[in-house]
Amino acid sequence: MIQPTDSFEEIDSAVVRFAGDSGDGMQTVGERFTDSSAFAGNDIATLPDFPAEIRAPAGTLAGVSGFQLQFGNTKILTPGDEPDALVAMNPAALKSNIGDLPEGGMLVVNIDSFKSMNLKKAGYESNPLDDEDFRKKYHLIELDLTGLTKEALKESPLKPSDKVRCKNFFALGFMYYVYGRPLEPTLKFFEQKWGKRLPDLAEANSKVLKAGFNLGDTMETARNRYQVSKAPVQAGVYRKISGNEALVYGLVTASRKANRELLYSGYPITPASPVLEGLSQLKNFGIKCVQAEDEIAAMGVALGASFAGDLTVCATSGPGMCLKSEFIGLASITELPLIICNVQRGGPSTGLPTKTEQSDLLQALFSRHGDCPIPVIAAHSPSDCFDCAIEAVRIALTYMTPVILLSDLYVANGAEPWRVPNVSDIPVIENSFAKIEEEYVIYRRDPKTLARTQAIPGQVGLEHRIGGLEKGEDGGVSYDPDNHEEMSHLRAQKVAGIAKSLDPIEIQGEPEGDLLVIGWGGTYGAISSAATNLRDEGFSVSNIHLRHLNPLPDDLGDIIGRFKKVIVPELNLGQLNLLLRAKYLVDVISYGKLQGKPFKVSELHEKFLEHLR
Amino acid sequence: MSTTITEENNLTKKDFVTPNDVRWCPGCGDYAILNAVQRTLPELGIPREQFVVVSGIGCSSRFPYYMNTYGFHTIHGRAPTVATGVKVANPDLSVWMITGDGDGLSIGANHLLHLLRRNLDINVLLFNNRIYGLTKGQYSPTSEVGKKTKSTPLGSVDHPINPLLFALGSEATFVARTTDTDMKHMIETFKAAQAHKGTSFVEVFQNCVIFNNKTFDSVTSRDAKQDQLLTLEEGKPLVFGANKDKGIRLNGLDPEIVTLGDGIGHDDLLIHQPSNPNSAYANILAQMTYPTFPTPVGVLRQLDGRETYEDALIQQIEYAQSKDSDNLQELLTGQNSWVVEN
Repeated sequence: MIQPTDSFEEIDSAVVRFAGDSGDGMQTVGERFTDSSAFAGNDIATLPDFPAEIRAPAGTLAGVSGFQLQFGNTKILTPGDEPDALVAMNPAALKSNIGDLPEGGMLVVNIDSFKSMNLKKAGYESNPLDDEDFRKKYHLIELDLTGLTKEALKESPLKPSDKVRCKNFFALGFMYYVYGRPLEPTLKFFEQKWGKRLPDLAEANSKVLKAGFNLGDTMETARNRYQVSKAPVQAGVYRKISGNEALVYGLVTASRKANRELLYSGYPITPASPVLEGLSQLKNFGIKCVQAEDEIAAMGVALGASFAGDLTVCATSGPGMCLKSEFIGLASITELPLIICNVQRGGPSTGLPTKTEQSDLLQALFSRHGDCPIPVIAAHSPSDCFDCAIEAVRIALTYMTPVILLSDLYVANGAEPWRVPNVSDIPVIENSFAKIEEEYVIYRRDPKTLARTQAIPGQVGLEHRIGGLEKGEDGGVSYDPDNHEEMSHLRAQKVAGIAKSLDPIEIQGEPEGDLLVIGWGGTYGAISSAATNLRDEGFSVSNIHLRHLNPLPDDLGDIIGRFKKVIVPELNLGQLNLLLRAKYLVDVISYGKLQGKPFKVSELHEKFLEHLR
Repeated sequence: MSTTITEENNLTKKDFVTPNDVRWCPGCGDYAILNAVQRTLPELGIPREQFVVVSGIGCSSRFPYYMNTYGFHTIHGRAPTVATGVKVANPDLSVWMITGDGDGLSIGANHLLHLLRRNLDINVLLFNNRIYGLTKGQYSPTSEVGKKTKSTPLGSVDHPINPLLFALGSEATFVARTTDTDMKHMIETFKAAQAHKGTSFVEVFQNCVIFNNKTFDSVTSRDAKQDQLLTLEEGKPLVFGANKDKGIRLNGLDPEIVTLGDGIGHDDLLIHQPSNPNSAYANILAQMTYPTFPTPVGVLRQLDGRETYEDALIQQIEYAQSKDSDNLQELLTGQNSWVVEN
């Protein structure tokens, strides 16, 4: 561990971005920097940003992959608007990222890659590093990463081409020096990942990482070092967690708490595939994972298994949600519990498969034919995916209904420190099972929740038939007009009644005032930061963040009524806005953004201010 | 499929009849199939609560409503996926999937293919009436070329799917055909399907009395069936005809009809071997169609020994559980946690 020295400048937070070719290992170094910062006790938020193509042609703008993180000594809610330091591994990475680096920002470039061919591929007519104005604008640090890496690995038995591939860790080592990061977590990572299988590679990467660090120590230009001390957090055991990981763990935990076997069925799709992969790793927890032939089949398998008594889950993204719609309708009319996670990405159609968006909210609420209300909840941060998974299961099993859980690419791929809960502190989830000793009437309802009870195939004497046709209370097919109306009302009332089980909305700021900001999903960090800043500046602004999108909480209308203005920022063209206008007849100000990127704190700050003046 | 026979039970057909009115058209072939299934299940030695009948959409798919078992009437074409979910959730259940030519081979062909190749221990009964009945008479994927229907006034131009070739192409481990006109043969075939461990695919020639009446009469009517049907029996030569005087032999890769006598005996004929690992033989049978050949009925192919999907899946879980802990707290904490003390 590096001890702080006098040369450290103490700062509250810093934003670092790594950018390079998609084959350069930028996601890996970003992840490692995150681990190291978590280990150092900082709070963190991350933003991986990669192209849809696995390996676009090397050196081109299309192939640039980036990873940004913010770490600090206070609560860090976003990965930062703009980087304080940018590492650019080639001209294409420089070109596509330099616009975000403010004047005076630290710019570390791999000069070895600034050759005519690469410059041309990136669309540079001349080498920007030769431009005096450019050089003066930034705190430029030029490193021959390729040469330095080769030099550090003179003795290594690796092939020359493999040696060069270690250069990302040279850059990482250098940045560790600049920000006084501990090397231990990364050295441990090398050992865990390659120590047994490829010990030469583990050794080489360790050597290169240390060489990068040591270069900082000896290099005149890198004398600026920064120190970010520990963030004050509640005592406990912490780990770093991404949204998709938290979703996986939440589902496993919920299945334990509900005492139901977990069956996950999915079809690979960006950015939800890590949920399928993550649960597939956990067979020791008894989890059944089915990789189905398509999105429809994934849903059918889950519904069949739900009928047979398992706790069942699908995760997908927008295009998959489109395909699942008909089955969601069947799950609704048969009133079977099921969790459908939509890790949203840019749409419509294939859209922006690797960029974030919140544009599936109305789809989640309304994409079935018929009157078919489904509970919808949304996770607001990576670790919140854990709590939302448990909440989704609670709703599904208590109310006998499919539940849609919205996440998004930003939440799913982002990571933050997470205080690991004590499993025994998490409440048990009750099932709505039929009793063998009682007469079984399929759609007879609990008067409180309006949920039906579930009988499981294999149970003696409870044989019954369900299906997609409208039915009476006894499950018999019924085309009676009054019955259909009554059944439709009952299903709607059941879902609406979930609101009674919700905690009051938590308001950040005063309970009344000039401006109320209403957010949902992954925009939490940016909204909360911007609103907090404005409150600190003395403005009357409060913010709430909705986890439950259907039904909306009962106290929302009152809260809205206590503010002069209401603004809803969302990464779509105004979907929650539409819902709030329809339900509360309120003139909501909509602020949408559709660039495949999360909100910046600064743009929200500016927008809110516009309505506060 | 096969489910372990656990106990003697005294079930009868009556135990499988629901009080619901059966709403198929009078004279529909589905009545006979329902009757055959209701007569088959009590004889299997499986408790009633272990049966689950899953269907898609179409006339045939109303089937679960008429079976006093667990049942799920799902959506069009997707029954194989729901049946898969039921079986994976509880492999002890005896799962019967009911589908039709439109449900199973048009909208749901993809799912059917994957069910067959995965070899879940499920019985699939595909009622083939070569027409869309519930939507009132459009041509189906098994309708013959030139079929004139409401949606094909000048005749269908689609080449039809041969359900048996489809199942064989999907490497199904049990492929059979029976007809709604032969109660005894249906029951025998359904029992064989249940006895097979793996996905059992049974095509049932079924008459739609309203929109495609008598479509199979050329082979299933009382007059025709002696000469036009080839009833397959394991280990026996391929013999047919009212007088059992005709047979099928192989000439190169092609089957041909021969008349017995004049130096041609049973030894010259193909012997029915449904367990032949080479699928060429079953494919030859599946392609034999009246009027060029007699149409085969019975078990064309039965391969034992391929593991079922659910067994393989459960085995992996058991292996993982024998090797690694299932401590949830340890999972959540992970290997790279840190402790913050105040």
